[in-house]
Order: sequence, then structure tokens, then C-alpha cells
Amino acid sequence: MTAFTLDPRPASAGTAGATLEFRGLRRAFGATMALDGLNLTLNPGEMLALLGPSGCGKTTALRMVAGFETPDSGEVLLDGVDVTGTPAHRRDVGMVFQSYSLFPHLSVTDNVAFGMRMLGTPAARRRARAQELLELVGLPTQGGRYPRQLSGGQQQRVALARALALEPRVLLLDEPLSALDAKVRQSLREEIRRLQLELGITTLFVTHDQEEALSIADRVAVMRDGRLEQCATPEELYNSPATPFVAGFVGTMNRLPGRLSSDGALVDVLGLSRPVQGSLHGRDGTADVDVLVRPEALTVSAAPDGPAQLVAASFLGATTRLTLRLHGGREAVADVPTTHASTLPTGARIRLGLPERPVLIDQARNEETTA
Amino acid sequence: MTLTAPGAVVADAGAKTRRQEPQAPGRRAARPSAGWLGVIPLLAFAAVVLGLPVAAMAAGSITTTNDAGGTVFTDANFAATFDGPYLESLMGSIRLSALTAFVATMVSLPLAYAIVTSRFRGLREAVLSASGVIANFGGVPLAFAFVSTLGNAGVLTGFFGLADKGWSLYTFWGLAIVYLYFLVPLMVLTLTPALDGLKPQWREAAQNNRATGFQYWRHVAFPILFPTLLSGFVLLFGSAFSAYATAAAMVGSSIPLVTVKIASALTGDVLVGQSNIALALGMDMIIVAALVIGIQLVLQRRTSRWLS
Ligand SMILES: Nc1ncnc2c1ncn2[C@@H]1O[C@H](COP(=O)(O)OP(=O)(O)OP(=O)(O)O)[C@@H](O)[C@H]1O
Ligand SMILES: [Mg+2]
Repeated sequence: MTAFTLDPRPASAGTAGATLEFRGLRRAFGATMALDGLNLTLNPGEMLALLGPSGCGKTTALRMVAGFETPDSGEVLLDGVDVTGTPAHRRDVGMVFQSYSLFPHLSVTDNVAFGMRMLGTPAARRRARAQELLELVGLPTQGGRYPRQLSGGQQQRVALARALALEPRVLLLDEPLSALDAKVRQSLREEIRRLQLELGITTLFVTHDQEEALSIADRVAVMRDGRLEQCATPEELYNSPATPFVAGFVGTMNRLPGRLSSDGALVDVLGLSRPVQGSLHGRDGTADVDVLVRPEALTVSAAPDGPAQLVAASFLGATTRLTLRLHGGREAVADVPTTHASTLPTGARIRLGLPERPVLIDQARNEETTA
Repeated sequence: MTLTAPGAVVADAGAKTRRQEPQAPGRRAARPSAGWLGVIPLLAFAAVVLGLPVAAMAAGSITTTNDAGGTVFTDANFAATFDGPYLESLMGSIRLSALTAFVATMVSLPLAYAIVTSRFRGLREAVLSASGVIANFGGVPLAFAFVSTLGNAGVLTGFFGLADKGWSLYTFWGLAIVYLYFLVPLMVLTLTPALDGLKPQWREAAQNNRATGFQYWRHVAFPILFPTLLSGFVLLFGSAFSAYATAAAMVGSSIPLVTVKIASALTGDVLVGQSNIALALGMDMIIVAALVIGIQLVLQRRTSRWLS
């Protein structure tokens, strides 16, 4: 795939990233609370991915920044200024839609130059600037075509160029890659990231694809039912999820049966005792809980009296993912080095181990096995 | 006429964008195919029901029967149609059709837009069903409906005292209103699918690019709708231009209209031996229709390169 021909001089020198802040945003559609008190701040020049299951309010939040939706209460601040009441056509934000948002009757160049035309920029300047942007997104020769003559990926590049044309203070992307096939999606997301870093533009990227979010964002905000669940760097989100929901939503997570000690400080899991992450002190009585463990955190060894049984192995390259049946019928997956996995025959009895680290538990036991 | 599903135009434009690979324009359709064989029955049908009458009409329009009972070529028929009351009727028809088609187009756009954007699905269904019925309401029943409501002794005329205010149904404007009665619903039916095809993202993308509401209509919605408006206008023009029974029943020959004139020439109401002039008038109508469609095609091509 072609890389962006990045201009050494940033195409938009004026686009020093802005701060974008959501403050207590609420919005109900009838009985559904699309946003239920969302608080979130994007730092200047940051790319933040808004991640969450379908219907959790991601699009609604984004549309409030663009001015297409108004909150019932709360506000959107751009560089500290409340823009909640500003009409959409006067907001300084650029948006890329999910699909089919290019004007079908205008050429690629005219699409990119549309905003400049609305503002009365002279035709020659518009065209020059549009060409500059088309070069930036890797389509220097497609200016004369119409949208329907372009592939889906090319259309989204044009949409990106159009969104950047007026040097907005914030770039909004609402699942811009979801209509594309896997290969195009991956290469385009890398290019979006490269371009974003080059321009230093504050960017809000909405997606429900966790891999996409983790791979390109500086920070990822996980939403659930209209609220922020956790906002952290991809590493932090993966390694120390704040809640069981985040843990289950980001990456693969095992749920192992465990028993919480009466003071809530320790949990018994796989015959081992581990400290509990986060404070559960002050509670009373033991309880059955789920212990959340990443596949790569589990260690396996063959043991004739092991409590688990190896039921399947799938080769992933350097590692192999083992599917294990636990006592009681639950399943767990463990990622182990392939060299080690190859010594374990299917059906073997297995003993599982856990590192000496605090573990995350979910007190609401879930009978499903893994995400 | 080339008016197949004008509404499909916009919807189609979006549907085709899914193609993943770019394709050079004009590169397809290079392979000769046998697909056209399938339209032979249609062509044969058209030749019989359209071609033969037109040929007969064309032949009749340039000939006449002389005193000896023989058939001779003449340009007198056409000459007659471009003179006096015949020319007046032709111009009257063009004027009435163009005016009503234009007004109906302008009135229907906001109407159809209101229907499409309405939050009440029931209203939409009701209006569209009613439009379907009314658009096909014509002929003598339509004339009767108007005579009994807005005629000299009509219910509404009496109730509102319209006669005192100078109202008469049997005028050019009265007839225009009757025509609008079925042209507006016809245009609403034509425009609704096209308006449905205006994607909300386009409006939002326009707003996001600093367009005001007016600018959105001026630079996005109107250009996209233009092909549909144009073909809709031509459809209405043709519909009004060829209407006969309503006008004949309502105003007879007091308003000069070419269809009424053809009928009276054919039946020899006024003068006998005018039937070849009637045929020449028929040819004039075909020429006018062809000109209108020709203008449409030229405009369409110039404004809608993005569709091809
Ligand atoms: N205009 C609307 N009218 C009614 N309900 C709406 C509207 N917009 C959003 N909703 C509802 O608000 C909730 C949040 O919608 P939103 O589109 O923000 O979700 P999302 O996180 O973007 O989901 P997805 O990943 O499916 O795009 C959903 O339950 C949705 O049905
Ligand atoms: Mg969404």
C-alpha cells in the first residue's frame, strides 16, 4: 500500500492541537440513556479511541462535538470554551463519517474543496489546497474522478482530506474503517495514525473494534451504557483493567472459579492463594467469584493429577493457544510458547499456575467461560 | 419517453459506490453481448403500436385528397397548423403545459420534502396512497368533480361567493388549477424516492464543512435532485400536453388547446376535410415532445456527469 507522501512542512501549521473536554454529558432518547454523565478530556494533539459495545453512546458523544446532537445537560468544551450552543456549521471540527458521505455529484477535488467554497475561498486557492490534501492522503492523481469511481478505501481517504481541509482544531472519526475489508482497514488505520501524528491534531476515533483502538490510539476510553468505564493507555488497559467489564472487553480474558476470603483480601484460585487487586476490605463472609486472568498469564505443566485437561491446541506462531477444560466443565485458554506446547498431547492432564501478582476479580459470577 | 423511474437515479448513485476496485470510466461494456436480443419483442411491439400509427400520421400530414379523389403531396397541412387558430391552440397547449408543469414541480418539492422528513409514518403512507389515486384521476370524472365544486354553480363557488370575486373555472387559469390537481400528486410520487435517496450524511458533511442550510440546498441537495426534477418536469409536461378529455368536457373549445383542436378537426365539427390538418397537428405535438425531451437530455448530460 502507498504511504502518505508527508509534506515536511505540516500542511496545517495552524493546527496546534486543541483540548477537547466532555463535562457531564447526558442525553436520553426516549427511555434509552445514550449518554449518562460522560466525563472525558482529550489532551492537545492526542489521539483518543472511544471504544465500547454497540449502542453504548460512542456516536452520540462524537456527534455532540460536531454539533449534530445536543446534550440534555452537560457541556462540550473546546480549548476551555463551551461550544455546546454553537451550530454545527460554525464549529471548528472536521468529521469523517462511517461511509458514503462524499457528495456524489462533485469531483474528488470539489469534495475536498467544498468547505473552502462555502467560506468563499477563491477557486485557484481552493484547487491548490485540495491538491495538497489529496497528496497528503495518497491520492494525488484522483482529483478529477467522482466518488462512485473510487474504491471504499479511496473514498475514506478523500473524506479524510475533506475533513482536514479547513484545518480544524479537532478531528472526529466515526468508525471510518468499518465498511472496508480487513486488509484495507489495517493499512488505512496506520496511515490515519501517521497523518494524525504529523499534523498533531487532537483526534477522537470511535470504534467498536478493540484491536483497532489499541493499535493506533494514545489512550483508549472504554464506554459502557453511556458512561466512561476506564480511560488509559492501551498497555494499562490491557494489563490492569479497572473493571471486569473492561477486562472482558479488551483482549481475551479467562474467568476462573475462585473463592474470596472473608476479609476480601485474598482469593483462592486453582488451588493457589493470590491477593485481590483493588480494595474489597470491610466485607464479610467468603464468596464465590470469577478470577480474571489473561491467557498469557497462565502457566501450564503436565501433571498426572492435574485438575485440567488439554482439549485443543491452536498454533499461532511463536505461541500456541491451548484450550483447557477445568474441573466443573469450565474452559480456559492459555497462550504458551509453541516449543512447550508441542510436548503436551491432547487429552493430557494439566496443572495451571498463576504469577504471584494481585488478580482482578468479578464478584458477579458469570457462567460463561472466556470472552 | 425516457422517464423510467426518475427516483432510482439518486439511490443508484450510492449503491454503486461499494465497488472496491477503481474502474476507468468507459472501460466496461466493451464486450459485444447478445443481451439486446431480449428486447426484440419489446421493439417489435413498439414498432406496431407506436411506429405504424406515427408512420400513418406522418404520411397523412404531408398528403391531401384532391378533387379527383387521388392522393397528392402537399405542405398545406403543416402550413395551416402554423397559422391562425391552429397555431393558437398549439401555443396554448405549450403554455398551459409548461406553466402547470413548472408550478407543480415547485409546489411538489416542499410537499414531498415535508412528507419524507415527517416523523409520522402514517401520514407518509396516506399521502402517497392518495397521490397515487389522484395522479391517475382524469378525464370526464375529473372535469365533473371540478364543475360541481368550482364551476359556476359549484358548491365551493357558491359557499365562498367566488363568482362575485371574478372567479371562473372556464378560463385558462381555471384549467391550470384542474391540471395541477393531478400533476402535483404525480410529481410528489416522482420526487419522494429521490428525496429518500438524499443521505443524512450529506447534510451533516455539508454542515461540518461550514455550509448553512441554504448552502446545503444550493450546493448539495438541489444539484443532486436536479436530474429528477428535470425528468419529473418533462413527465408532467407530457402528461398535461397530451391531456384531452378533461379539457374537452370542461371548456370545450373556448380555451385553445391542440388536443381539442385535433378532435374537432378529425370529427369535422366545424369544417369537413380537415382530417389531414389534424394529422399534421399530431406531428407538431410529436415534434414539441421530442424537442422537450431533447432539451432535457442535453441539460441532464451537462449537469449529471457524476451519474454516468
Ligand atoms: N436519533 C436517535 N433516536 C433514538 N435513539 C437513538 C438515536 N441516536 C442514538 N440512539 C440510541 O442511543 C443509544 C446510543 O447510540 P449510539 O449511536 O451513540 O451508539 P454507538 O455506541 O455509536 O453504537 P454503534 O457501535 O452501534 O455505532 C442506542 O441505544 C441508540 O439506539
Ligand atoms: Mg456508532
